[in-house]
Amino acid sequence: MATGEVAILGVGMHPWGKWGRNFVEYGVKAARDALADAGVDWRDVGFVADGETIRNGYPGFVSGASIAAALGFNGAHVGSSYGACASGCQAISMARAQILAGVTDVALVVGADTTPKGFFAPTGGNRSDDPDWLRFRLLGATNPVYFGLYARRRMELYGDTEQDFAMVKVKNSQCGAQNPNARYPKAFGLDEVLGSAMVSDPLRLLQICATSDGGAAMVLASMDYARKHATDPVRLRGVSTVTPRYPNTNIEMPDFATDSAFAVPQPDVGYRDSIALRAYEQAGLGPEDMSMAEVYDLSSALELDWVEAIGLCDPGDAARLLRAGDLSLGGRIPVNPSGGLGAFGEAIPAQAIAQVCELVWQIRGEAKGRQVEGASAGVTANMGLFGHGSSVVVTA
Amino acid sequence: MSKTRTLAIEGWFKDAPKPALIGTQCTECQSIFFPPEHTFCRNPACMNDEFSERELSTRGRLWSYTTNNYQPPAPYVSPKEEYEPFAVAAVELAEEKMIVLGQVPGQVSLEQLEAGMEMELVVDTLFEDDENEYVVWKWRPA
Repeated sequence: MATGEVAILGVGMHPWGKWGRNFVEYGVKAARDALADAGVDWRDVGFVADGETIRNGYPGFVSGASIAAALGFNGAHVGSSYGACASGCQAISMARAQILAGVTDVALVVGADTTPKGFFAPTGGNRSDDPDWLRFRLLGATNPVYFGLYARRRMELYGDTEQDFAMVKVKNSQCGAQNPNARYPKAFGLDEVLGSAMVSDPLRLLQICATSDGGAAMVLASMDYARKHATDPVRLRGVSTVTPRYPNTNIEMPDFATDSAFAVPQPDVGYRDSIALRAYEQAGLGPEDMSMAEVYDLSSALELDWVEAIGLCDPGDAARLLRAGDLSLGGRIPVNPSGGLGAFGEAIPAQAIAQVCELVWQIRGEAKGRQVEGASAGVTANMGLFGHGSSVVVTA
Repeated sequence: MSKTRTLAIEGWFKDAPKPALIGTQCTECQSIFFPPEHTFCRNPACMNDEFSERELSTRGRLWSYTTNNYQPPAPYVSPKEEYEPFAVAAVELAEEKMIVLGQVPGQVSLEQLEAGMEMELVVDTLFEDDENEYVVWKWRPA
């Protein structure tokens, strides 16, 4: 069922890095850049949609208002939401719905974060009824442990190798080196990646993404408004924030176990596969229509899982595409031309928005040094803890 | 002074007479849950809220495995002063059609693990304080 389209008039990002400054600062910078890019006055924005940050106290929980206040309260409607890594996509979804419902012609979407050093640790205190606390206490199951399990599974099922996983990092770092917003401007060689310390076998330090500060924003508008203000804006065609269907038989971070398919059979389409599918459906498009994709390389091995989940190839085939150069710039379907999380690290509420910013720059032909030739359509994919799908489809 | 052997979490597993994971089963649709559900059946077709206790299979096949080469952050507590890396296993239970994670006891090295091998449930030290030895379920090669 095709949904209505909205225009993406402007995008903006604060570079990713590690400075420990107030997240509002990064969000405001990204927002101002997006507004300038759109040629829209902040006072004309009728809705502010924002991905929350949960490690920055109260202002983080109400981040939409925090950033709107910093820009200068203008009476706009506001909505803040949290969905872990999918927070930015929830914000995009909200903003689009407000425009399609006719509440406003112009919406600002923004997400920004500033993050603690090292592993993502759960929120503090003794929280023995919180599964995210318990997985550290009872299992020592850090995020890299889950990534390691998925990576080892690919090796066992499909014959993927450590070399394949390292190649993903090398590929992404080459693009990241050309991206002024990337945190890591270094193009890595295969030996360097394979020589980095083993964290959660088979994954090494350079194959696991870091945590970063960053901010990303976009200005969405109704097609009517867009026609008066812009020529050929990039169009937002599909947004998915789907939850799984019970029983989900894939082990998801940060769970202790999968659901059981004892009484109810598993669904025909698995959760990961469903995420981009539901965005494609809204757009009336399929993976074959995409010029490129931005997917969540939380680990370099996970990128291969996503390539399959978004339908670019059959299960087990992603490494073959990688080795053939299909997923690189100049290849058939470049994946992570931004440089991916490998080059950025993750800034949770901003990341899903940043994925879309990249696709917009690509479609406009503004991705200097990392341009996908003839880019006309793209898809993003990621997933947040506790059942938060995230996928966006954009086209020229 | 000997320490009290204490379950690191109540109601999820038992230590005696034999180690077993404790799940729950919906009395209406028969869906099985681990960690145990006591309040809501998570089958969207079922609005029941009553469960019976059900012990899970104590053996399964190794679906995947990995290691923690660096000490996880709190609230993980290292059992030894100096941290020693350990493996984590994902084990598939045939009858329950689900995968359950668990640590692998420290004495088992990565090289001993092979995908598809049979694993069995044991109960082993998680960490100790002055009075208690906290124990948790783990998976080890059968």
